[in-house]
Amino acid sequence: MASLDRVKVLVLGDSGVGKSSLVHLLCQNQVLGNPSWTVGCSVDVRVQDYKEGTPEEKTYYIELWDVGGSLGSASSIKSTRAVFYNSVNGIMLVHDLTNKKSSQNLYRWSLEALSKDSSPTRVIVSNGDYDREQFAENSVPLLLIGTKFDQIAETKRTEVLTRTAFLSEDFNAEEINLDCTNPRYLAAGTSNAVKLSRFFDKVIEKRYFTRDPSPVSFSSPVLADMNSVVTLLFF
Amino acid sequence: MSFLVDSIIMFTSQVLFFGFGWLFFMRQLFKDYEVRQYIVQVVFSITFAFSCTMFELIIFEILGALSSNSRYFHWKLNLYVILLVLIFVVPFYIGYFVVSNIRLLQRQKLLFACMVWFTFMYFFWKLGDPFPILSPKHGILSIEQLISRVGVIGVTLMALLSGFGAVNCPYTYMSYFLRNVTDSDILALERRLLQTMDMIVSKKKRIAMTRRQMYQRGEDQNKQTGLWGMIKSVTSTQTGSENLSLIQQEVDALEELSRQLFLETVELQATKERIEYSKTFQGKYFNFLGYFFSIYCVWKIFMATINIVFDRVGKTDPVTRGIEITVNYLGIQFDFFYAISSNKSSNVIVLVLAQIMGMYFVSSVLLMRMSMPLEYRSIVTEVLGELQFNFYHRWFDVIFLVSALSSILFLYLAHKQAPEKQMAL
Repeated sequence: MASLDRVKVLVLGDSGVGKSSLVHLLCQNQVLGNPSWTVGCSVDVRVQDYKEGTPEEKTYYIELWDVGGSLGSASSIKSTRAVFYNSVNGIMLVHDLTNKKSSQNLYRWSLEALSKDSSPTRVIVSNGDYDREQFAENSVPLLLIGTKFDQIAETKRTEVLTRTAFLSEDFNAEEINLDCTNPRYLAAGTSNAVKLSRFFDKVIEKRYFTRDPSPVSFSSPVLADMNSVVTLLFF
Repeated sequence: MSFLVDSIIMFTSQVLFFGFGWLFFMRQLFKDYEVRQYIVQVVFSITFAFSCTMFELIIFEILGALSSNSRYFHWKLNLYVILLVLIFVVPFYIGYFVVSNIRLLQRQKLLFACMVWFTFMYFFWKLGDPFPILSPKHGILSIEQLISRVGVIGVTLMALLSGFGAVNCPYTYMSYFLRNVTDSDILALERRLLQTMDMIVSKKKRIAMTRRQMYQRGEDQNKQTGLWGMIKSVTSTQTGSENLSLIQQEVDALEELSRQLFLETVELQATKERIEYSKTFQGKYFNFLGYFFSIYCVWKIFMATINIVFDRVGKTDPVTRGIEITVNYLGIQFDFFYAISSNKSSNVIVLVLAQIMGMYFVSSVLLMRMSMPLEYRSIVTEVLGELQFNFYHRWFDVIFLVSALSSILFLYLAHKQAPEKQMAL
C-alpha cells in the first residue's frame, strides 16, 4: 500500500454539468444512479496503470477531487473551497455541451484554481481576465471534458465540436466529449480512453518523473506535516 | 382624444417595465444559465410589467394625472390581465416545468400539467371557504372572488416574510450578535476538514485495491474447476465483500462528517467577513441602522399585538411596514433562490418568483387602500368591489405576529446551538 504514491486531480466545472457522474464513471466503472448536489468536496479514487503494457508498468492511485459549487457563490464559500486547491497535479475542466455558459465559465474556474496554487517561484498574476499566455506556461496538465453529448441533435454536432475545439486550443489541452450515463464512450480502445490514459500518464510524469525547480508545494508547512502523519498512520 | 393620449402613455410605460423585467431576468436571475425556453422570460417580464403598472396607476390616482375615465378603464384592464396571468398562466407553466423535470412523466407532459393546474384551482377555490369573502351579491366567477383569494394568499406571504425579515435583519446587521471568530479557529477547522478528506481517500484506496484484487482473483478462480474450487471462491469473496461493506460504511460516515465540516467552515468564514465589514465605516453605519431598525421592528410587533388584543384595525399603514421590511428582505430572498436553483429547476424557480411577486403587488394594492385618503379610495373601492378590507388588515397583523415570534424562536435556537457545536469540536 505504501508503495503506491499520491496523485491529486481536481474536477472543476459549473453546478449540474455532471462532475459527480463523471467521477463515479471513471472510478467505479459504473453509471451513477442518483446524482445529487455535491456539498463541499467529494473524493474518489481511480487505480491507474502507468505505462500499461510496457516493462515500466506501475500502478498509481489517482485521487479525483470533485469540488462542488458555482462561480457566483458567496466569498465565504469560495475561501473555504480554496482549501481543496492545494498541491494539485492535474485539473479536469468539465462543461455541459448543451449549455454555452458553462464552457465560458471554465476560464474563470481555471483561474480560481490556479491562482490559489501559485508556487513561490511562479506567481500567477490575474486581474480576472483571461490571458492565453498564462495557460501556455502553466505547468499543471489540463483536460477538457464535455458532457451530455447524447443530448445534442445531430445537426448541431459540428457547430458544438468546433466551439469545443477552440476551447481546447485556448487551454492548450486535449478534449473529450461524452455522456456520463453511458460507459461505452470510455470503453477500452476508443480515442476517448486513449486521451484519458495519456492525460493521467502526463499527470503522473509531471508529479514523479520531472525534477522541477519549483517543488510540489503545500500552502503551509503545518499541512505538510499533517499529511505525512496521516499517510504514515494509514498505510 | 385624451383617452388615446392616456392609453399611449400607459402603454409606453408598460413596455418600459417589460424591458426592465427582461433585463433583470437576464443579468441577475439567469446569470449563470442559458435561457432555453424564452416563454419563462416572457411570462416573468409580463408579470413584472403589469405589477409595476398597478403601482403607477395608484400614483397617477393620487397625482390626478390622466383623466379619471381612462384611469378607471386601465385599472380594470390591468387587473383583469394580472389576474389572468396569476391564476391561469403562471401556475400552468409551473406545473408544466415541474412535470418536465420528472423523468417518469415525460410522455404526457401536457396532460399532467393540466392535472396539476386543476388541483391548484381546486385548492385555490377551497381557500375561500374559511374566510369571510363570499358575498351573496356576487356570482361565482366575479372579479371579487378572484381578487379576494389572490389577496389572501398575497397578504399571508407578505406577512410571513415581513415577520421573518423584521427579526432577521437586525440580527444580521447588529454586531452584538456576531460571535468572535479568530483566524486560528478557521485554520483549525480547515485542518480538520483536510484530515477527514485524507482519511476518506485512504479508505477509498483500500476499497479500490481490495476490489481490484478480488477481480483479479476472480479471474484466476474461474480457471479452477471442481467442487473444491467453487467452495473456495465462495468463502474468499464472502470475507472480501464483508470487509468492503464495513469500510464503505466508514467512508459514508466520514463523507457526512466532511460535509458538515465544510459547512461549518463556510459559516465561520462568513462570520469573520461580517466582523471585518462591521469595522469599516459602511459597516458601522449599517450597525447603527440595525439598532434603530430593531427598535422599529420591536415597536411594530408590539403594535400588531395591541391591534389583535384590543380588536382594533391598524391605523398605521401595514403597507409601508411591509414594503420596508420586504424590500430589505428581498435581497436575502434572492440569495436563497440562487442557492437552491440549479440548471433544471431554474425555470420553476423564476416562475414561482413571478407568482409571488404578482401576488405581493395585488395584495399591496389591497392594503394600500386603507392608508389612502378618502378621496382616492373611491376608485379603488369601485374597481375592487366590496371586499372586506378590515379583514385583510387583521389577517396581516396575525400572520405578521406569528411569523415574527416563530422566527425569533428559530434564531434563538440556532444561535444557542452554534456555540455548543464550537465546544464540541
